Amino acid sequence: MTTTPSAKRDRIELIALYIVSIIAAFVIAAILVNTSGGSWSKAVEAMMNGAFKNPGRWGETLRRAAPLLIVAAGSAIAAKAGIINIGQEGQVLIGATGAAFIMTKIQPGSPLMLILGVLLGMLAGAAWAGISALLYYWRRVPVVLSTLLLVYLSSQITGYTMTRKFLLLEVLEGSPTKIQNSAKTAVNSRLGILHIFGNNVPLTVPIAIIFAVGVAYMLAHSVWGFRLKMLGLNPRTAQRAGVSHVRFGTMALLTSGAAAGLAGSLMLATGESNYRASSGFAASVGWDGLLVALVARNNPYASIPVALAFACLHTGSNFLAAAGVESVLVDVIRGLLVLALFIPPAVSELRKKRRVLATLTERA
Amino acid sequence: MLAFLGSFGDILANGPLYQSTFRLAAILVFAAAGEWVAERAGTINISVEAMLLGGHFATAIAYTQTSNFAFSLFVGAIAGIFVSSFQAYLSHYLNADQFGIGLTLNILLLGLVAFLEPNFDLSTKLAGEVKVPLLYDIPILGPAMFGQRWPMYLVYAVVPLSWWLLMRTKWGLEVRAVGEDPQAADVTGIHVNARRRHAILYTGFIAGLGGGVYLLGQVGRFESGNIGGKGIIAIAAVIFGGWTLRGAVAGCILFGYVDALRLNLPNIVGHDFNAQLLAALPFLATIVVMLIFAKHTRQPASLARPFIRGLK
Repeated sequence: MTTTPSAKRDRIELIALYIVSIIAAFVIAAILVNTSGGSWSKAVEAMMNGAFKNPGRWGETLRRAAPLLIVAAGSAIAAKAGIINIGQEGQVLIGATGAAFIMTKIQPGSPLMLILGVLLGMLAGAAWAGISALLYYWRRVPVVLSTLLLVYLSSQITGYTMTRKFLLLEVLEGSPTKIQNSAKTAVNSRLGILHIFGNNVPLTVPIAIIFAVGVAYMLAHSVWGFRLKMLGLNPRTAQRAGVSHVRFGTMALLTSGAAAGLAGSLMLATGESNYRASSGFAASVGWDGLLVALVARNNPYASIPVALAFACLHTGSNFLAAAGVESVLVDVIRGLLVLALFIPPAVSELRKKRRVLATLTERA
Repeated sequence: MLAFLGSFGDILANGPLYQSTFRLAAILVFAAAGEWVAERAGTINISVEAMLLGGHFATAIAYTQTSNFAFSLFVGAIAGIFVSSFQAYLSHYLNADQFGIGLTLNILLLGLVAFLEPNFDLSTKLAGEVKVPLLYDIPILGPAMFGQRWPMYLVYAVVPLSWWLLMRTKWGLEVRAVGEDPQAADVTGIHVNARRRHAILYTGFIAGLGGGVYLLGQVGRFESGNIGGKGIIAIAAVIFGGWTLRGAVAGCILFGYVDALRLNLPNIVGHDFNAQLLAALPFLATIVVMLIFAKHTRQPASLARPFIRGLK
């Protein structure tokens, strides 16, 4: 790529814009903290402690980052094909629920059951996304809408499986079952956890990185990835070239659903919420993962640092309460941050276009 | 069998059921009447959820401070416009991805409301009931449609307003043109993205007002979970109605009825249903209805396609 002076200026401008808008997002958050009676410096301190400074915390951060990365890589697949899947939250949950049927029900457990459980989780996630594909290709219901509706439905469906003993509700002798969650996963069906410098790093971390790199490679170098991209950039051309919208669009949706299901089932296998599934199990991993993909502009490599940053925000938020700040502050910061990150590329595009237009009118 | 038919009759003749149908459909109608305009301009506005919540919350704050119903509703509408301005300017001035922006706004507003709520000692109450004379005496439908708390009646103004604006004004014609063929509209001198922004701001106004009406006319007490997915169902209603206003309103009534069934069914039939499945009912019904009815409609030709001049 040749770097003309104006291209260089554009890049500097873009970086400056990014810095300004990120700072602006944090300044707004700081103002919010201070006006609601907290202290932003204490909040920052607490979040840094929660994210990596305190012993054992960076392991927690990595634990959170791994499923985010998997979900983000999956969203990138659908997005590359021009399909806007925003129902990852539900797909993660349904994936975990599917996995729970094998991991908690078959109690002696074995590594084989772990693999089967994860496979069932992926299948469940894919099927959940598949409903949207069906609604779109059969009935023209926009994927955006159906995936969102399915998020609301998923927590109720999962909640239902936690109210019936023949489904997932934990069977406890002699105690009324008020808490609606599944039994713990079988000990032998769990995924290993590495202990590094006093941190517990689940094996999902290397799996997630391999997955993200694999997705990036497939999208960039395989025929399949090329076809998806073609579909995303111009469905008509793709159709002419023999890339069926229905077939590849469905495939992209199913794959992204399967990725979310994978994330959910791996979370269950590595001890998220104490190895128990429940209707709140997904804990925003789906939303966050989707936002990671949006911020990383559907680039799986770029998703790695973004996922890490989002995970830091999440684990940091666990320590906020001690600093006298509501932990939901992090939802605000995340939202502001994502909004802020949308702005620079758009502004830079706009300015570039205006400059081109100005030179054109000069010549005329 | 007879018992089953009997309970079926109970459901059909149940007055409170229709009253709650009206109330639950009303908030959907507010959101849908706004969203319809935005979609005809070419935007699928998933942040209508955030606009409802913004209006809901702002109305609660305003009422707590002033105890004035009308003023609080006004504040709610302004808050809706404020939220929608982000969607409008980010997606149709800066051309950022409209779904990304919408989703982020939804998440951001939920977080913001949850964060701010403990700082306000919110206390709201329901507005007074007004029975419209004569009309109130219509059996079953009368009490449902004309025996509500007064903010609810704004719904009768909002629907004709949306229709008139979009179908009978120059602005509306331009908005529809922009949603069908932005290139052609641009050539004739219509500022495409400005019209789309206006349409979104209008959605924010109506949805914010709807959020306020829902608070003062239906629930009475602010909770951040009150809106939970209603905006999304309203979007489904617009699609269900094939992008016509009467169809969208019909969709809202249908989905409102299902929601009312969810609330009233245990009382009417006298049988305890599973709470989760009942809560899932509106969403399940929406999906099933879409599956059956969504096909035979024509969407605005440029729905969800950003317009950038010189880029087809």
